[in-house]
Amino acid sequence: MLHVFRDVCGYCGCCVSVCPEGALELIDAYLEVGDNCTGCGICAKVCPLGALEVKDEVPV
Amino acid sequence: MKSRYDVLVIGGGPAGAIAAGTAAKAGLSVCLVEKRPAIGAPVRCAEGLGTEALAEFTAPDPCFISAELRGAGIVAPDGSSLQLNSQMAGSKVGYILDRKVFDRELVWRAAETGADVAVKTRASAPILENGAVKGAVLQYCGQTMRVEADVVIAADGVESKFPRWCGIDTTVPVREIMTCAQYLMTDIDIDPTLTVFYVGNEIAPQGYLWIFPKGDRSANVGVGISGLKSGSGHRARDYLDRFVASKFPNGKTIEYIVGGVPVCQPLACTAADGLMIAGDAARVVDPLTGGGIYNAMFTGRLAAQTAVSAISSGKCTKDVLMAYDRGWRESHMGKTIARNWHLKEYFVKMTDEKFNALISSVSTLNLEEISTKNLVRELIRKNPLVLGDLAKLALSLR
Repeated sequence: MLHVFRDVCGYCGCCVSVCPEGALELIDAYLEVGDNCTGCGICAKVCPLGALEVKDEVPV
Repeated sequence: MKSRYDVLVIGGGPAGAIAAGTAAKAGLSVCLVEKRPAIGAPVRCAEGLGTEALAEFTAPDPCFISAELRGAGIVAPDGSSLQLNSQMAGSKVGYILDRKVFDRELVWRAAETGADVAVKTRASAPILENGAVKGAVLQYCGQTMRVEADVVIAADGVESKFPRWCGIDTTVPVREIMTCAQYLMTDIDIDPTLTVFYVGNEIAPQGYLWIFPKGDRSANVGVGISGLKSGSGHRARDYLDRFVASKFPNGKTIEYIVGGVPVCQPLACTAADGLMIAGDAARVVDPLTGGGIYNAMFTGRLAAQTAVSAISSGKCTKDVLMAYDRGWRESHMGKTIARNWHLKEYFVKMTDEKFNALISSVSTLNLEEISTKNLVRELIRKNPLVLGDLAKLALSLR
């Protein structure tokens, strides 16, 4: 799943523009991740600051 | 805010502000909504604009101009450089704006012309009837409101959502997003009348690094790289920090700016039933320079003008609003985007060796007008062998 490091995020919206699923939305200074995020990691790649990371689900 | 307007504009940047002002001036009822609590902040821009581009929309006002430019320099990977001067001695070639003040000024003017303005107000969904856009659902401080409109102009920027909710795919290809970081630095040694661009795969892969003056000892120092080249340990910010550490080790950073610039081709279609898309949301940034302010104002104005005639005709369907889409594509701006996209595709594949050869081929160029078109034309003229494969593009530069 996609993890947002909120203290790193510059809330610029770069990630929102490349999301093929339309799963991200920038609400003022808050990046919202929708349920339709597939964890593809495109957003994490383009982030100018490294504020996004796709982490594997921890097996229960 | 009323529950119904002729035109609803989503986004309070230059595209939205000019759209709202233009529609209000023509006598329409207009509301502009901006999701942020303040117009113009945070800045996500290097703030450069040509003299004539600004003049088309407003007189230059010292309140929103940080610096007046007299030329530009380009630095090759090996350090050789090229200076561009305007042939008209003493003439201003452009400005570095203060976008916080500029954007606010444009919205102020729209408001004075009669447009309603709502800040901290976010569109969360379109109102759709049989697939046609009829307004938007808005969120304001926990309140939900429905605002109907004959025409919605989506000017919601690089992070645009509204057109997507209406079924229009606005996804920017990874290789065509410029991921950017910029510091507003002060106490640095710069030429306050010169923009400087650094190119090369070490300094800014498939992009460039810029120093845009903001005063005698202040500048926007930033870098944009292709999303394709970005990743852990080599992000825009890493490139910027490396440059700043070597070039301006004692400079002070007083603002931290990040952003994405779409350098893809524009959306395949920027009009739908009841909807037009303008500015960065329409992906009408100049793909070669990354400049978007003029194109945003141009499309914002044209969208509003199209809304005025559509509303007076009583029909705001896609076939009527397509006049907007055709209008900007056929304009000088539209043709420049089309041409510069091809130039960009050429330059992103260029090796450092070629950049070195090209830039060292000429130390000073005096152009009638400083533009990418004139620059590339001169470079082709002086480097017929290096740029031989650009020859067919050269034809379109005449």
